Amino acid sequence: MGLALVLALIVAPEDADQGISQRIFYIHVPIALTAYFCFGLGAWKALLLLWRGNERNDLESYVAIHQGTIFGALTLITGSIWARASWDVWWSWSSNQLVLFLVLFLFYCAYFMLRFSLEEGPRRARSSAVYALFGVVLIPISFLAIRLAEDFIHPTVFTREGPQMTGLMFATFCLSWAAVTLLAYVLYRVELAGKRLDADLRELREVLQ
Amino acid sequence: MTYLADVAALTRKDLRVELRARDTLPAMLLFVLSTLVVFHFALPEGARDDAAYGLLWVAIVFTALLGLARAWVPEQEHGVLDGLVLAPSDRSAIWLGKTLATLAFLLATQIVALPAFVLFFAPLGATALAGVVLADIGICAVGSLMAAMAAAARSREVLLPLLVLPLAIPLIVGGVGAAISPEGERYLLLLVLYDGVFAVLSWASFEYVVTE
Repeated sequence: MGLALVLALIVAPEDADQGISQRIFYIHVPIALTAYFCFGLGAWKALLLLWRGNERNDLESYVAIHQGTIFGALTLITGSIWARASWDVWWSWSSNQLVLFLVLFLFYCAYFMLRFSLEEGPRRARSSAVYALFGVVLIPISFLAIRLAEDFIHPTVFTREGPQMTGLMFATFCLSWAAVTLLAYVLYRVELAGKRLDADLRELREVLQ
Repeated sequence: MTYLADVAALTRKDLRVELRARDTLPAMLLFVLSTLVVFHFALPEGARDDAAYGLLWVAIVFTALLGLARAWVPEQEHGVLDGLVLAPSDRSAIWLGKTLATLAFLLATQIVALPAFVLFFAPLGATALAGVVLADIGICAVGSLMAAMAAAARSREVLLPLLVLPLAIPLIVGGVGAAISPEGERYLLLLVLYDGVFAVLSWASFEYVVTE
């Protein structure tokens, strides 16, 4: 997994012919797609929890959303760096994707607030699950709204360099996407294992007392 | 039909409680009027009408939040919610009743606030008014579910705005767009879409939030 990441990082600069700012594309876009994927996974596990009532899905949903939020924050940071490099501003409200990520980041931060201020138990699991489902529905609607909002708040839109890719660039992109997805998956398993261990330990301690 | 009767009974109960206690509605009214006065001083001299429309939406959302924060307080204080959950009716009727009651409060507030806005700041067209009503429906639908979630939390007054504001962003886009865009109908469509999707989602998921 680490090898794949290193490969992606080393191969990527070789074929970047649009200047140095283009290189971040290989990191930024896979991270963003992975963040969406994590949010989707979290919502899917949340749906399973509501549907089947399996307690294990609560932790899985939480961990997936936690990973999604970390990757979402990374997307905001890398996107901001890219905006600085190619448009000479740190933040641009006319970049739909960045604004969407900001909204989602706020939304999922509220998810953690909700989760940590409820008593542990099935009710917390179900409330978090419902909120996670709202998040996934919010993504397309917010995107639509942000795209509409651009018309009246920002009449001029930045022209972005086109994403036409040569074969090698596309291959590099796919490779770094695979690497980031793998990284997210490994992080997800590690955190899940850690959290499960925590829960088991707590149970054990309660039994012993 | 019994479902509608349940909803009507629950809405009537909320309205009657409010008529007797007068906890929420006067507070919302006073809040929205004070906010409009504050906006007069917050807007720089010679600001365009567009800025005032934006601020109107800030006032609407925060007034709704004020009402929603109080929405489940009577139920919490006297353990009414447990009784309602145990009652032999569909639980989503509780959500629908609360949504309708909150919507009634919000609309009643706006009957005073919108003429005041027109008087102080800028005129409102038919599209803008339709936008206000549609956004009210959306924010009450989502908000009463979120308020029910937050009611079980330790820090419910702090939590509710955090939960609702990110969800309300498409509503604000739709409402402001309906007020200032020449093609306001597109924004009304966005609001209708939002209301439909989130009302169904809230209706379907309310049961999971209130049962133990």
